[in-house]
Amino acid sequence: MRRVTRWLSSHDRARAWTLLAPGTLWLLAFFVLPVAIMGAYSVMERGLYGGVEPGFTLEPYARFLDPLYVRILGRTLWLAALTTVLCVAIGYPVAYAIAGAGRWKHALLYLVVLPFWTSFLVRTYAIMFLLRDTGLVNSALLALGVIDEPLTLLYTPGAVLAGLVYGYLPFMILPLYASLEKLDPALLEAAESLGARPVARFLRVTLPLSLPGLVAGSLLVFIPSLGAFLTPDLLGGARQVMIGNLVQQQFGAARDWPFGAAASFVLMALVLAVVYVFLRRDASALPEEV
Amino acid sequence: MRRPPRWVAGFTAVALGLLHLPIAVLIASSFNRSRFAMRWDGFTLDWYYRLLEREDILEALRASLVVALVSTALATVFGTLIALALARHAFSGRRLYQGLLYLPIVTPEIVVGISLLVLFATAGVTLGLGTITIAHVAFNISFVAVVVLARLQGMGRDLEEAAMDLGAGPLTTFFRVTLPRILPGVVAGALLAFTMSFDDFVITFFVAGVGSTTLPLLVYSMVRRGVEPTINAISTIILVVTTIAILVAYRLREEGAE
Repeated sequence: MRRVTRWLSSHDRARAWTLLAPGTLWLLAFFVLPVAIMGAYSVMERGLYGGVEPGFTLEPYARFLDPLYVRILGRTLWLAALTTVLCVAIGYPVAYAIAGAGRWKHALLYLVVLPFWTSFLVRTYAIMFLLRDTGLVNSALLALGVIDEPLTLLYTPGAVLAGLVYGYLPFMILPLYASLEKLDPALLEAAESLGARPVARFLRVTLPLSLPGLVAGSLLVFIPSLGAFLTPDLLGGARQVMIGNLVQQQFGAARDWPFGAAASFVLMALVLAVVYVFLRRDASALPEEV
Repeated sequence: MRRPPRWVAGFTAVALGLLHLPIAVLIASSFNRSRFAMRWDGFTLDWYYRLLEREDILEALRASLVVALVSTALATVFGTLIALALARHAFSGRRLYQGLLYLPIVTPEIVVGISLLVLFATAGVTLGLGTITIAHVAFNISFVAVVVLARLQGMGRDLEEAAMDLGAGPLTTFFRVTLPRILPGVVAGALLAFTMSFDDFVITFFVAGVGSTTLPLLVYSMVRRGVEPTINAISTIILVVTTIAILVAYRLREEGAE
């Protein structure tokens, strides 16, 4: 034992890998290996009752050219992009206000962080509870006399969008806040004394300096929106299928594992492409704190 | 940063209000006597009493707690060891490893869940609390590693070097110097991992199998059957448990940063 510890302490690399070993093996067995198996399944023949038959085919990927699946893919990208834009529009002023809130900063930050950490399922259910026919939104509109009968709010693209924005808004606010908080007020004063008007000061000083936060926030909102499963499942119903729901259907009722695996890989490829493009532009956007 | 313009402050107040409105309505409804309508019929604890009568809810709560505790313990040990290796040792491929560590975090949950389902099905493993626990450890390792790493990187190595100079071996140095100093970060990471496990729905959904149900799975199946007041009561309990864990975790992290 002593000899082992002495050998380890004189070999930095060996010590590092000893520390890394348990976690790395776990991740190899239960993250890398499963994803690799999925990759293999995505080019195999479909089994009759689920599962796969040996063989090689690219047919599962070719099926994405079917207009039905092009539409699902398009809807997924569109909803994820719209969610990101809305989160920027709402999150930017909020992050800006919190960064300038002086001694209230920490309390306000808690208000943003708390819902972000609480159960995503419970929050999605809370949106459902608000939007249903007898929910708060319809009750309030009826009471105010704006409408005569309840609006159908659930199971619409709008409901899915509301759920996604509500679910991921804090992901946008936190990195934006982090980069706005670091902004040196002296720069804005300098711009002001040189005659820059508020709009110019914002566009030419604040915005460029908050770009890393904007990039990181967009990444953190866009990625989970692409892979959304629960939100469209509960708020969108059968007609607002996103790619995550497609994957689930193939492994569930449809029993078409190769196509489900191919859909997973298309989703993974989209996510990794987005990460790559964003991070190449700005390596500092890598989230350091989650 | 300077003070925001008034309209920005007003917008922020409204946005933060809306961020909390759905949860506030949910919590209020869990104490509302009225069963269906959005009308206040008086305060009641009935919906909570009803939970106690339901064997399946208590069973699901127990399963969630067992899975969360076991998976948190394993993920915290594995993740902390990885963070130590990354922060304290030079080895080739360190930067690459650190980048790959983010892979489980950015991979869509649905892909993680389905691929584990495929693995277990292919290997003929029976789904149950065991497979749920394995999956939760897998998604929490990276997470704990990132939180602990952030703390280690903000810390100098001088105390450890001093201990070594005074003749402490690597293990003594770790347990007497390094561990006490990173403990707030480790506990914060563990609490966050606990809530991630306790809350997880998507990955659990795929690796749970027929016989085993956690609290989020039960809530989901109840929601699918239709809105009923007991769901509000369970949701409120989940919110309280996770909020306490989060507040403690953030406290610890702030204390550590000072």
